[in-house]
Amino acid sequence: MARKFNPQMATGNDLLEGDVVYFTAAGDWSREIGDAALALNAEAAEELLAQASAFPNQVVGVYVVDAAVDDRGRAAPAHFREAFRTRGPSNYPQHGRQAEPTDV
Amino acid sequence: MYDYNEFDSDYVRGRVAEFRSQVERRIDGSLTEAEFLPLRLRNGLYLQLHAYMLRVAIPYGTLNARKLRQLAMIAERWDKGYGHFTTRQNIQFNWPKLKDVPDILDALADVGMHAIQTSGNCIRNVTADHFAGAAADEIEDPRPTAELLRQWSTDHPEFLYLPRKFKIGITGAPNDRAVTKSHDIGLRMVRDASGAPGYEVAIGGGLGRTPMIAKVVRDFLPKADLLPYLEAILHVYNLSGRRDNKYKARLKILVHEEGLDSVRTRVEAAFLANKARMRPVNPELVAELEAAFAPPAFEAASPVPPLSGAGLRAWVDTNVSAHKLAHYGIVTVSLKQIGGTPGDATAEQMRVVADLAEAYGHDEIRVSHEQNLILPHVPRWHLPEVYARLKDAGLATANFGLISDIIACPGMDYCALATARSIPVAQEIAEAFADLDRQRDIGPLKIKISGCINACGHHHVGHIGILGLDRAGVENYQITLGGDGTETAVVGEKAGHGFAYDEVVPAVERLIEAYLDNRLEPGETFLETFRRLGPAPFKAALYPGEARSDAA
Repeated sequence: MARKFNPQMATGNDLLEGDVVYFTAAGDWSREIGDAALALNAEAAEELLAQASAFPNQVVGVYVVDAAVDDRGRAAPAHFREAFRTRGPSNYPQHGRQAEPTDV
Repeated sequence: MYDYNEFDSDYVRGRVAEFRSQVERRIDGSLTEAEFLPLRLRNGLYLQLHAYMLRVAIPYGTLNARKLRQLAMIAERWDKGYGHFTTRQNIQFNWPKLKDVPDILDALADVGMHAIQTSGNCIRNVTADHFAGAAADEIEDPRPTAELLRQWSTDHPEFLYLPRKFKIGITGAPNDRAVTKSHDIGLRMVRDASGAPGYEVAIGGGLGRTPMIAKVVRDFLPKADLLPYLEAILHVYNLSGRRDNKYKARLKILVHEEGLDSVRTRVEAAFLANKARMRPVNPELVAELEAAFAPPAFEAASPVPPLSGAGLRAWVDTNVSAHKLAHYGIVTVSLKQIGGTPGDATAEQMRVVADLAEAYGHDEIRVSHEQNLILPHVPRWHLPEVYARLKDAGLATANFGLISDIIACPGMDYCALATARSIPVAQEIAEAFADLDRQRDIGPLKIKISGCINACGHHHVGHIGILGLDRAGVENYQITLGGDGTETAVVGEKAGHGFAYDEVVPAVERLIEAYLDNRLEPGETFLETFRRLGPAPFKAALYPGEARSDAA
């Protein structure tokens, strides 16, 4: 039997600003990881990557990556690299996403 | 300081204009990301974890006040008010916006700077001894040679598609402060039997996933033969360097796989052909370069007032090195404030250093590969004022060469390639050993931290090297011992299994205790003790309670 599929999300960086962005279920991009669309099987993950790759002049370096799901059913980082991407550099808490208000 | 001539200025401006057009075409969609990527890398622009990053070349680590002030202006106007000085004597800005980068490059061109050759498979920015022109042990200032190499290598038509990046490091002194043996070509100035200066040429050095110390291919190369000889090394590499596997594409792999003797035979043959073909370097250019780096008009000796205050005395003892003139000192401006980010300087700090260079240091500033700034020519009677101004700016930490003078790459706080963080590890080690008296008791010690196997933090040549890895989704740190980046260069050996993030500081504490317990006398350094005893007592300290393993 196949291993249980880990939910995945699509992410990349904004072309102009460089900011970390996530592909949403509404088919656009958000700076909030909780907005990320979750793919729950391999086929959906492939489809998610294809959809997210359709914005070549808005978002660059698009990839799909394992996501955790928080208790409200929203996407959260599964790996520490993705956790750092949601925050910014740990040496300057005043810089990066961590310095901005979130909608959570 | 070498000032751009008309050719240099036109060339750099032309490159900025070209890149401005490329950025416009990327933004309007005429260029795809696949097309744009190699173009932006050619101009030093990377995309990292949280933002773009612009890597600006500081050729052979030499700056003056005007250039450093311009870097400060760029940091404030287009970034977040600081810059990060790197282990290749460059500066990185961590937050530029894509549309602003052409303006930043124009601002650099205004002061004779650029971001060319800081990325890609080209001959990279040439690095040099940061004490060049000032060191007491120097045979000759290596920077005229470094500038000649910059001019020779910039867009050299034969070497635009090298198998991989290519790094050259040079020192004019027998004591190697520039880690020349970790470069593809390491040049060390020596004298022949008649006393004439020339170069010892070593090839095939490099850190990264396959660390190699460069091997001497020529014991003595007369200065006049430098370009034909280097071009011969590049010929052989360009022809035979592997292009099938980027991890095996560096010169070090060719030298390792083919063998030094065979490579030497081919290099020497190519050298003879080059020598017959190439015109000697125009003596007027040589004279111009030597004049550009002529020593400043040194002041005559003047009485030095007694140093008052323990803080000043400790700083002078630790951070002021011997200058070739007894009444001058070489000041290391520590960018390693305890708890700070190694190599980072704010715009305001840059301006303070620029002001001091102008007021007391003949307008000369250097960047060291150890991520500090240097005022190479300071009359000793000005040291109290220099110290006071640096102290006010948070730049007078008296830790040069000590345990808290740590090299750290940006790691996973910034870098897209990183597998773990480096900066917070450096911060926590520095905080654990914050007491400067204790640091001085421990003595000279180099800790170097890399956040991935590419080894930008030079961990292989740290007396204590720390490599951050991703082990099954958790940060894990491997420790190497006994590395050395000087003229007695050696790659450190792995101590054994790695440590979790919060185990690193205690592990370093145990290593230091083992050193203090085992040293013969306070003057025996960590590295000397390690060399005398080997790794056993250090491994025992790292892994208490574990049977001695052969894990390394």
